[in-house]
Parts: sequence; C-alpha cells; structure tokens
Amino acid sequence: MSEKKKKLAIIVHSGTLDRLFCVFTLGSTATAMDMETHLYFTFWGLNMLVKGAMEKAGLPATYKHMEEQLKKKLKEMRYPTPYEMLKRMKASGLLKIYACSPTMEMFGIKREDLIPEVDKIAGAAAFLDVASDADITLLV
Amino acid sequence: MGGKIGIDRELDCLGLYCPEPVFRTRQELDNLAVGQVLKVIADDPAAEEDIKRLVKRLGHQLLQLRKERDHFHFFIKKIR
Repeated sequence: MSEKKKKLAIIVHSGTLDRLFCVFTLGSTATAMDMETHLYFTFWGLNMLVKGAMEKAGLPATYKHMEEQLKKKLKEMRYPTPYEMLKRMKASGLLKIYACSPTMEMFGIKREDLIPEVDKIAGAAAFLDVASDADITLLV
Repeated sequence: MGGKIGIDRELDCLGLYCPEPVFRTRQELDNLAVGQVLKVIADDPAAEEDIKRLVKRLGHQLLQLRKERDHFHFFIKKIR
C-alpha cells in the first residue's frame, strides 16, 4: 500500500464504558479499514489508561442501574472488552495513543502507571498537528 | 455468478456484532495470499453493508454475496 492512508483522530475525554465502546468500535473498524487511528486521552479518558482501570470502567451515574445487565449481555454476545480491542488495534500497527500531560499532573499519574501501549505523552499542539492532517476528527 | 466458488479459508462470524465481523474479516484477509478466496458467514444485519464497504476500501473483490435466511455469505477474493 503505497498511497497515503486515511487518518482518524479522536479526543477521548470520557472514561465510561459506553463511550469507551464508541471509541474502540470506531477505532477497531478504522484500523481494519487500513486507516491510521490516533487516540488522544485526556481527563476521564486519560484515567482509563492507568493500568487496570479500563477493566473496571462502568456506566455513568444516570445509567448505573443498567450496568450489570449490560455487562452480562456483552459477555453473552462474546463482545471484546475495551482493553482487548485496544491491544488488537495496537497489533495492527495503525494505532497511536497519546496521553495528555497536564491531566497526568492533575491526577498525580506517572508514566509508569500507564499501560504499555501508550506511545507518547503529549500536549494540545501534538493533537492539533495530527488532527489538522486527519480525515475524521471526533471528541468522545 | 451461479457457479460454485472455490474457497481457501472460511470465517464464521455467526452471533458476532459490529465491529467483530469486520475486524475478523480483515485479520483473515491478512493471512491469505493474493488471489485466494475467503468465505465469511455473518448474521449481524450491519455486516451486509459493513463488509461490502470494508472489501471495497481495502481494494479486494466481493465475488458474491449470498443471503440465506438471515445469514450472509460473502466470498471475497484478495486482490492486493
């Protein structure tokens, strides 16, 4: 494939299961379609990059009563977890993960606390540079 | 298009939902040699449109799409 690949860039601001599924369903599909996928994690999203955090992600307060039922159904559907999806995307070689540096400081998160799939600790300029060159840009 | 299509690999996506049929189809295509044919069976209603678009986007060829009851049978030839 010598032609320029399409590029998807997403700011992952949320740390709840429903929104992580949006990010990783779109992201998985993008990598399957041979699109470069750039995920910039900030705030509650960044908190999900801490080792072990994504496995504990749940629904937001308004929908908390449906969480158990949803998780049971996802198992029945053999639906992958967000972290499983992330690891598969990483294996495609098309995923780049950026961790927001001020968010890390705000929450006292260190580089060694993050999952090993994180590519770079970066700021707004890095995301804007990627996004300005992207075909699709989203905020989740 | 009525003739029998020779297949080199088969992927069962029955009971799997988006993005799984698309993601797994891509993974299987990566394991094929150019010119080989992958058969995918799926029953996610989204798969009909999704896999057609995936195949087109990747530059492969959908030789045939058969619908049998609520099952889709895709025959995909790896082109590149």
